[in-house]
Amino acid sequence: MQHIVIIGNGIAGITAARHIRKLSDNKITVISGETDYFFSRTALMYIYMGHMNYEHTKPYEDWFWEKNRIELKKAWVSKVTPEENKLTFANGETMHYDQLIIASGSKYNKFGWPGQDLKGVQGLYSKQDLDLLEENAPNNEVCKHAVIVGGGLIGIELAEMLSTRKIPVTFLVREHNFWDNVLPESDAILINNHIKEHHIDLRLGVNLKEILGDENGRAHAVIVEETGEEIPCNLVGLTAGVTPNIDFLKDSGIELGKGVKVNRYLKTNIENIYAIGDCAEQQEPTGNRKPVEAVWYTGRMMGEVVAQTICGNNMPYKPGHWFNSAKFFDIEYQTYGWVFSKPNEGESHFHWHHEDGKKGITICYETQSRKFLGINTFGIRLRHEVLDRWLTEGKSVEDVVANLHQANFDPEFYKRYEKQIQQEFTTEQKINV
Amino acid sequence: MAHNISATGDTTYALSLQQKLATLLGFVGLFILTLATFNTSFPNKTLWLTLSLGAICVGITWFSVNQYQNKTAGIKNDGVYINAFTSRGFWAWMLGIFLTGFYIVLYFYPQYLGLRENDNTGLIALFDPLSKLLSGNPASQWFVYGTLYTIAIVFFGVKFIYKYRHNHYQRLRTFSVMFFQLGFAFLIPEFMMRLNSESFALPYYDLKNIWPLNYYNFEQYRVDEFISAGSIGIALLIFGLASIFIITPILTYKYGKRWYCSWVCGCGGLAETAGDSFRHLSDKRLFAWKVERWVVHSVLVFVVLMTTAVVYSYLGDGSKGYWLTRDVFLIGVALLLTAVFAGVMIFKRNEFKKDAFYGATGYFIIILVLIGLHYFQGSQLFLFETETLRSTYGFLIGSIFAGVIGTGFYPIFGNRVWCRMGCPMAAILGFQQRLFSKFRITTNGGQCISCGNCSTYCEMGIDVRAYAQKGENIVRSSCVGCGICAAVCPRGVLKLENDSMKGRINSNDVLLGNDVDLMTLVNEK
Repeated sequence: MQHIVIIGNGIAGITAARHIRKLSDNKITVISGETDYFFSRTALMYIYMGHMNYEHTKPYEDWFWEKNRIELKKAWVSKVTPEENKLTFANGETMHYDQLIIASGSKYNKFGWPGQDLKGVQGLYSKQDLDLLEENAPNNEVCKHAVIVGGGLIGIELAEMLSTRKIPVTFLVREHNFWDNVLPESDAILINNHIKEHHIDLRLGVNLKEILGDENGRAHAVIVEETGEEIPCNLVGLTAGVTPNIDFLKDSGIELGKGVKVNRYLKTNIENIYAIGDCAEQQEPTGNRKPVEAVWYTGRMMGEVVAQTICGNNMPYKPGHWFNSAKFFDIEYQTYGWVFSKPNEGESHFHWHHEDGKKGITICYETQSRKFLGINTFGIRLRHEVLDRWLTEGKSVEDVVANLHQANFDPEFYKRYEKQIQQEFTTEQKINV
Repeated sequence: MAHNISATGDTTYALSLQQKLATLLGFVGLFILTLATFNTSFPNKTLWLTLSLGAICVGITWFSVNQYQNKTAGIKNDGVYINAFTSRGFWAWMLGIFLTGFYIVLYFYPQYLGLRENDNTGLIALFDPLSKLLSGNPASQWFVYGTLYTIAIVFFGVKFIYKYRHNHYQRLRTFSVMFFQLGFAFLIPEFMMRLNSESFALPYYDLKNIWPLNYYNFEQYRVDEFISAGSIGIALLIFGLASIFIITPILTYKYGKRWYCSWVCGCGGLAETAGDSFRHLSDKRLFAWKVERWVVHSVLVFVVLMTTAVVYSYLGDGSKGYWLTRDVFLIGVALLLTAVFAGVMIFKRNEFKKDAFYGATGYFIIILVLIGLHYFQGSQLFLFETETLRSTYGFLIGSIFAGVIGTGFYPIFGNRVWCRMGCPMAAILGFQQRLFSKFRITTNGGQCISCGNCSTYCEMGIDVRAYAQKGENIVRSSCVGCGICAAVCPRGVLKLENDSMKGRINSNDVLLGNDVDLMTLVNEK
């Protein structure tokens, strides 16, 4: 029986632990300094908004771990010594492992802005960040104004969170439209408008120059790079992306790049050490995927795969077709396959937007061969299984548009838009489907 | 609990001025009712009743419109766990105590509401004008209750529809429960009373209230009245039987139990509308699920025994030449139960968990042994006096469980305690839904992020997330198909649908998205 130690109790680490338990009788220990039990990080926003309590974000009841013989240890790992198969904790204790899985996740980016370490300046990634936010912005009397820096998924979540407590928000976005490094322009504009509809002061194409502090070392204003404008605020949300949380691995001898470098088997340069989830950096990324993917489900999939390898069924990590989803205030977004912000050479985009400004789709296809490459939807749900099959089968864009109703996943009795979409497609492309 | 550490107190979720005025208006309406309860004699009852009920209706509507009108359409659960009223705070307990007290008085001490043999007084007298307008008779405590119940469903229904105005499924099913409550439960039975005369009398019959939820439907006085009312009465009696033995199985096969529980039923209607603010309070623990399964099925066994005993007690021994004798009936019941038991054990045996198997077998044997004892030993059928069974069921289940606990404790235990733990109709529907129905909640591949909104807002306490994060469809007896899990899901993971029985339950170990070989390898094991 081996002792398998997992650093990190997020989705990647916990999935690995669960699958190792299913496949083997090994001793399993999961280490986290953040919380006693696994919780869903993606649900942190709902705790602040009062939709849920922290308890509700735990996918398994507390008895689950003991019943499945998964030992939990609450501690921060400060050092890994591969030569001795040893971990050292912040309090000086040590632990021996036979196999080590690093699943230590991410931390939010700080790009060296002056004032970024003042009180009242924070990101939103961990449970501790949420607790801090509850201190910094409990209501609109303590926090009269907030500035959010960075127009990504966490930025817009933070804007939504604060607006539920009626805290006025200024949202500084570097791009010309919200998230337009990922979304095609017309999709991004749809979200711009929706953000403004929620009374968020959205500033596009601007950067943070510096954060000003008061005599107590607390942020009280930010200065915008482009305009020099000073915006008074009590909270500065830093939401300009995340990077792997791997500082404790420096000098360990484990090969690091942006993250922990792993091969297709999620193995590091050291035989019995693996890395999965946000902190792993693929040396050979699959297809168009990035080497580091801080996405919920890729963490889960790496956990599934690494469990197979550790339990003797050597298995490479081969994620299938790209997909993802998010919710921007009231508008749900799903994507399957690849739709880049601007079509690559030889690719075209077809757009359809509903007149209410809250629904739309973008389909990406190869201009010559008409092969379907990917789809974005806003305010319309699609069936993952169907899209995944179509991508595998290499359907034509005409086929996809003609059969879109088969992929619809909206609740019953919802209004359907396939006909409108087909009409627009036919008119625009001057062909029949 | 979210900690509010601010010195100034959290004013974010305080009521707006308009909401305060709307609340005041509603309470003025309730205050008039309270005054009437304490025997304030109102000179013009029609006027004061209109004012009172009008104030309540307008108050609820005004409050609701103000709550959502300045918000964009979408899921608005902001502050549910911060607001004391919706998170078992002081006012939640106050409301719980008030409702519980109201039910106790309603069921057991209607004289305090003013019920009198001849001329009603107090609250019930205040409702006389409306009752006379509808049925021609003076009001009873049940008329007062029915009126308030209908108002609650209709006007909190308006609130619910406005809250979910972006969601057509929610809107339609709420229209449906509003319609069935107002028409079938309230107006039609009252109008039917108008048909009654000296020579013709129909029992008070809410057509959508199906046995065994309507546990007294086949009691002697009702059956006598049905039969003596000629062809209309017989038609109604046959409809009552067809409701449970023909209509229910067909609709449940096609649409799941939701056709009844969240589209038609009055208990469900109240839970979905007036109880919506408390849906998240249901207990999600595995332990609660175990308790639920034992309790709800025990109630079902109880109602079957009780009804069998009651019908048996008034049937003849065959001396009058009527074919339906006690023996025929009893043998019929035994055969029916045996057929259901055998059918399920032969065709669906693998879908039972161990405790369900033991429970079903145990109860089945107990019932057959009781019937056998009666035959061979001549003991009292089911050991107790029929009247004891009947009155115990009426008291414990009909009044205490369904009313006092089921509704009185909305603000503490959530809005579907009765439906989940107590309703025998839900047990029958659920049994079929789990084993023989096209309905399921489909999980959308690998999109789930385990956030927990679905589980939190499931009023039946189903841990929806446990299935969704495994990519497994949700096929559960207790699911009433309210569709809120699918509504609150931020990633479009859940969809209620009716599709073929094949592959309805798709247990996955590895989700869509990962390497195809791995999925096949692991899932097909």
